[in-house]
Amino acid sequence: MSFGLLILGIQSILVISNFEVFMNLQIAITGRGGQGVLFLTRILSECALQIGLDVIASETHGMAMRGGSVISTLKVGSFRGPLIGSGQADVMLVLDPGSYATFANLLSSNGIAFVNTASSTDLPHIDATDLAAKMGSPLMSNLVLLGFALGHDRLFCKYGQVEETAGKISPPRFKDANLQALRLGYSASQKEKA
Amino acid sequence: MKKILLGNEAIARGLLENGCCFAASYPGTPASEILSSFVQMAKAAESPAMGEWSINEKVAFETALAVSYSGGRAATSMKQVGLNVACDPLMSSAYTGVKGGFLVISADDPGPHSSQTEQDSRMMAMMAKIPVLDPSSPQEAKEMVQLGFQISEEFEIPVMIRPTTRVCHSRQGVGLGEIPTPAIPTGFLKDPQRWAATPRYRLVLHRQLNQKIDAIAEKYGKKAFSKILGGKNASQCILSSGVALAHTYDLLKELKLENQIALYQVKMPYPLNGKDILEKINPHKDILVIEETDPVMEMQLAQRDRIKGRMDNSIPPQGELIPDVLEECIRKFAGKARETKPAPAGRPRRPTLCPGCPHRAAFYAIRQTFPNGIYPSDIGCYTLGLNLGAVDTVLCMGATISQAAGFYHAYRMKGEFPPIVATIGDSTFYHAGLPPLVNAVHNGAKFILVLLDNSTTAMTGNQPTPGMEVLADGRRGKAVSMEDLVRASGVESLSVVDPYSLEDMTRALKEADKACRSEGGGVAAIISRHPCLMDQGVEKKKRTERVEISDDCIGCRVCTDDFECPAIEMEPDTGLARIDQTICSACGVCIQVCPQSAINKVSSSGF
Repeated sequence: MSFGLLILGIQSILVISNFEVFMNLQIAITGRGGQGVLFLTRILSECALQIGLDVIASETHGMAMRGGSVISTLKVGSFRGPLIGSGQADVMLVLDPGSYATFANLLSSNGIAFVNTASSTDLPHIDATDLAAKMGSPLMSNLVLLGFALGHDRLFCKYGQVEETAGKISPPRFKDANLQALRLGYSASQKEKA
Repeated sequence: MKKILLGNEAIARGLLENGCCFAASYPGTPASEILSSFVQMAKAAESPAMGEWSINEKVAFETALAVSYSGGRAATSMKQVGLNVACDPLMSSAYTGVKGGFLVISADDPGPHSSQTEQDSRMMAMMAKIPVLDPSSPQEAKEMVQLGFQISEEFEIPVMIRPTTRVCHSRQGVGLGEIPTPAIPTGFLKDPQRWAATPRYRLVLHRQLNQKIDAIAEKYGKKAFSKILGGKNASQCILSSGVALAHTYDLLKELKLENQIALYQVKMPYPLNGKDILEKINPHKDILVIEETDPVMEMQLAQRDRIKGRMDNSIPPQGELIPDVLEECIRKFAGKARETKPAPAGRPRRPTLCPGCPHRAAFYAIRQTFPNGIYPSDIGCYTLGLNLGAVDTVLCMGATISQAAGFYHAYRMKGEFPPIVATIGDSTFYHAGLPPLVNAVHNGAKFILVLLDNSTTAMTGNQPTPGMEVLADGRRGKAVSMEDLVRASGVESLSVVDPYSLEDMTRALKEADKACRSEGGGVAAIISRHPCLMDQGVEKKKRTERVEISDDCIGCRVCTDDFECPAIEMEPDTGLARIDQTICSACGVCIQVCPQSAINKVSSSGF
């Protein structure tokens, strides 16, 4: 009996450590209503499902969507609740620098925030709005920022996996522009590294 | 197969997989997507199941209930304050009972995020004496549809499913089953002592209801209670339901408290099988009840000295139970030191009317024409007329018209007659504006009523209104004219204007004021009509012009502060206005607002 328990114990430790190292990731996506926070949440949730990971995400709907600050939280791994506590987010995607201060308390001390901004900051940042506008679709800054974050390899998925998912769930008339925006952000991060 | 679904989509899918043939709803956050998904999924599966957007929640409830009386499985969905509107049929249908399985899906909004109250629909279930299921995730919400129909048909009783915002608007991989062709209603079997019961028989029905609810507690109360975390020797335990359970589960693991505290899930918070629960949790020394938003389970459990929760302030008595709040409660319960959490450093941006929103133009004209007016308003996007200083009251659906009448009578007693300008959206007017309008006219109230008609239910995602020719599933319906309804209510002064012309809108307001002050005047109505720009159904004109600010700008801030358009911002370096072309709709209303004539439309060819 005690031997059996011991084996069970070791197994569960292995499982737990696997989960913690490879799977449990808490992501917050913030911005203003209308900036495409929901679409990013959908892409990342679908991507987790494709890879075979458990995922639960929470979104903002209703009045705040009219230009107010919105936040989505996405938890990949062995979680049940969709919300993130203070200091628990591993990654933050910030579409609107003006909303960052409101939600920055969620970021863990080891976490990383990717910010869409024209100004200079200590955080990894990219002027996604400007890049998207130059591309001719200023509303696709969300995908530029996602591509940029993927280049830093801190998410649970790889660029190729996200590209595939984004291609699948984009409405046909936006598909090419969406993928182009994603690539634009990714290339910018690679240039930064070089 | 698993598919990522929003909680509301999971509920819709559950309805269809379980043979629901009819669903009716009125849109309201966080419940809106249940009906729209139901209709879309039914269409995709070529199911004959029908869904309708009803004029309000009471009508939705009663219509769906008659389908159940006829033997079909039916459901009605709404937000929690919608259930207030449907409270009358809810209470009565608990007595009459149902035939085909009947689900009342009432989505609560602890926080509140998009509502005027934080009320707990489970309290309403308790008041009506019907069982209520409380899902903790989208997957569970879908499973509860099946359980709900089963209980409903076995005991011929309406069953409530109570998701909250964090279930409705969560996304999760949800297991999918087949969508069968639903059983068509078998037909209505007459039984006047039941369906048309007089008070004498109502007493009989009440006795039956009490017997049903006891039997449900006995049979399903035990099944709906289970331990989901914690060792055998855990000295303490937590009883929880809904999404608060999910967050508690994550926190107990994060704080490594699983061995000290056992976690039990209650899937059916009313009726509780208190005897069974207390027996099972008896070995634990302390008991904490965590639920949103009111102490529904806590009140049903005896042994007050052992049970902590909302009632002894172990859990805050209001507000959403977000992880930070729960962590503090759980730490205290476990005797663990408190940990200071980083607080938000900034305030969230407030929501605003969209760039190009026709309501902004209407509110601006109202405020400019009657700077000292009283502005009752109502529920919808146009509540954001607050930002323009043109909304003074927001109570509940339709109240703007009754309250405008009340303000008129109050001031008349004082011997005064201030301008009173009530605003109400088209969907809200159809929902609850008609009885107060007839009432105001009949009782001699005098005020200006501005019907903000953007031809959609905008706030909740652009669902159709009875003023339109389109139905929930895209079929053609009969449009019921707002003009005809207003005139038929006895209103004699009525004009229709496009608020994009501030001049026309201002003239209409002044004429309406004159009309209600004239001899024999009463309610003077203006339909301020321009379609919502967010509505996908509205044909988009190709943009050939754009709006720009010239060198004549002196930085007076009228366009940003008084007109409050989010597409105009003040350049920090120069202090002058600048247009954000990425969100500007080129509506051109700001051109009429600028005192310096510094805003112009220019041809955007070559842009």
